[in-house]
Amino acid sequence: MLAVNNLDVVYEDVILVLKNVTLEVPAGAIVALLGANGAGKTTLLRAVTGLLDVHRGAVTRGSVTLDGQPLHHLDAPRTVAAGIGQVMEGRRIFTDLTVDENLRIGGHAADRATVAAGLDRAYSLFPVLADRRQQPAGYLSGGEQQMLAIGRALMSQPAYLLLDEPSLGLAPRLVQHIKELIVEINRQGTAILLVEQNASMALSIASHGYVLETGKVVMDGAAAELLANDDIREFYLGLSEERDLSFRDVKHYRRRKRWLS
Amino acid sequence: MTELISSGLVRGLGIGSTYALLAVGFVIIYRATGVINFAQPALMILGAYATSVLATGAGLPFPVAVLAAMAVLAAVGMATERVALRPMVGRQPFAAAMVTVGVLTVLFVVAHRLIGTQVRTVGDPWGLQRAELFGVSVAQVDLAKIVVSMVAIGAVGLFLARSRLGLAMRATSMDQEVALAQGVDVGRMFSLAWGISAALAALAGMLIGTSAGGFEAITALVALKALPVVIVGGLDSIKGAVYAGLLIGVAEALTRLYQPRYAEWLGANVDVVVPYVIMIVVLVVRPYGLFGTREVERV
Repeated sequence: MLAVNNLDVVYEDVILVLKNVTLEVPAGAIVALLGANGAGKTTLLRAVTGLLDVHRGAVTRGSVTLDGQPLHHLDAPRTVAAGIGQVMEGRRIFTDLTVDENLRIGGHAADRATVAAGLDRAYSLFPVLADRRQQPAGYLSGGEQQMLAIGRALMSQPAYLLLDEPSLGLAPRLVQHIKELIVEINRQGTAILLVEQNASMALSIASHGYVLETGKVVMDGAAAELLANDDIREFYLGLSEERDLSFRDVKHYRRRKRWLS
Repeated sequence: MTELISSGLVRGLGIGSTYALLAVGFVIIYRATGVINFAQPALMILGAYATSVLATGAGLPFPVAVLAAMAVLAAVGMATERVALRPMVGRQPFAAAMVTVGVLTVLFVVAHRLIGTQVRTVGDPWGLQRAELFGVSVAQVDLAKIVVSMVAIGAVGLFLARSRLGLAMRATSMDQEVALAQGVDVGRMFSLAWGISAALAALAGMLIGTSAGGFEAITALVALKALPVVIVGGLDSIKGAVYAGLLIGVAEALTRLYQPRYAEWLGANVDVVVPYVIMIVVLVVRPYGLFGTREVERV
């Protein structure tokens, strides 16, 4: 199990971005992490993947553990070796490298057999990439680049895959396709922490969900319960009975969340 | 015609190949770390000294001495990166470039102390011998400079294009954070870049040391010619470094050959100025160099 325990993260020694965050991703599960811009979702992923120091951030309290072993002291390469894969927000593929090279760099820390198996897996999951394997990745469409980013993260055969906003900027048809791919990757045995603003997509495939706001987990529960929750429906799914919310309603919601957290 | 080929083109390509070697070293470090390495001249002259000691002092066969000198300088380059440059990661590239000026000073003082005031030779087998090339007599050392430089640059190119570490270095040069997230040890890539660059500088030092007069500590200043070369070729382009090195080498040699005859009024040593004239022209026409990446800023 991937567990985040009472985690505090500070940037530049002064900006407290995560406060007492606790979250669990059981082996083989899909867990959704919801939250608005600036809630701290990406910071949480950085804390798990050892990339905080790149942004002058540090864990000041709490821990991240993988099957009971501390993870938050490891640098990024060791985190990958421990079995954590990551797809960063905005895809961040290497546009000047070919599709094949992008995938191979994902298996940098793996042995030759794992790389070969990873390439087979990526090309069978994403046949469109197989047709374009020698093309520069910068020529791919947004959806294809997202597939490449996911394929690259799978090259090291991670037990846990962290996906940061995989639906961002994609057309609804492509979002549906990415959703199906996430389910398929999970079915093949990879646990997934799905960070999303698209709450309906995330909760429709997750077993459990967390809501992060201004650095705190303000709500968590089974995905079905969250989907039925009035606040989630109103503020994350836009399914309110009353279309025009007053400032008072929003303020009341925020106060309630403070009590909950 | 014979003179044009022998003293102009072949000699120019020979010295240009050496500039290209140095410039490729600059480019590799710049692409991997974003730092312009001003310590390259000191690494070059230390490479010439190491070759000299190993070939003429220790009596090693010349090719073995050259490879050993490259290995020694690679170790010096990697140690320099670890001690002086690694703490600068995340700081402004300008600050790191200033650190390389400090490294240049320290290594140059060491080189001066080791070499002293005497002129040394690297013990190369070419000397003043000449060879026939398409019926024209050319200096063997010029051919050696071209062949050795191109083989070395080709080997580096193959390494970057085909090997796993080369791929990791290219990825690191594009996006360090994403490379880290793929499991690439970015610090190791920085170290490797410095090692390769210093080894190329050592090789260039050996080639410059083959000139008839040998070399002394001050010969290190020749490496400063690599600066106009990288600017002409483009700071981030290995291909540009090679073409610009050859272009500047040939331009220099042709100027040395023909300027005293046809433009004597320009005065003496005009060939020394030629690389900088070409650099200024290119900066005006293409500020990012002949093969460099044009910076696009979204406004």
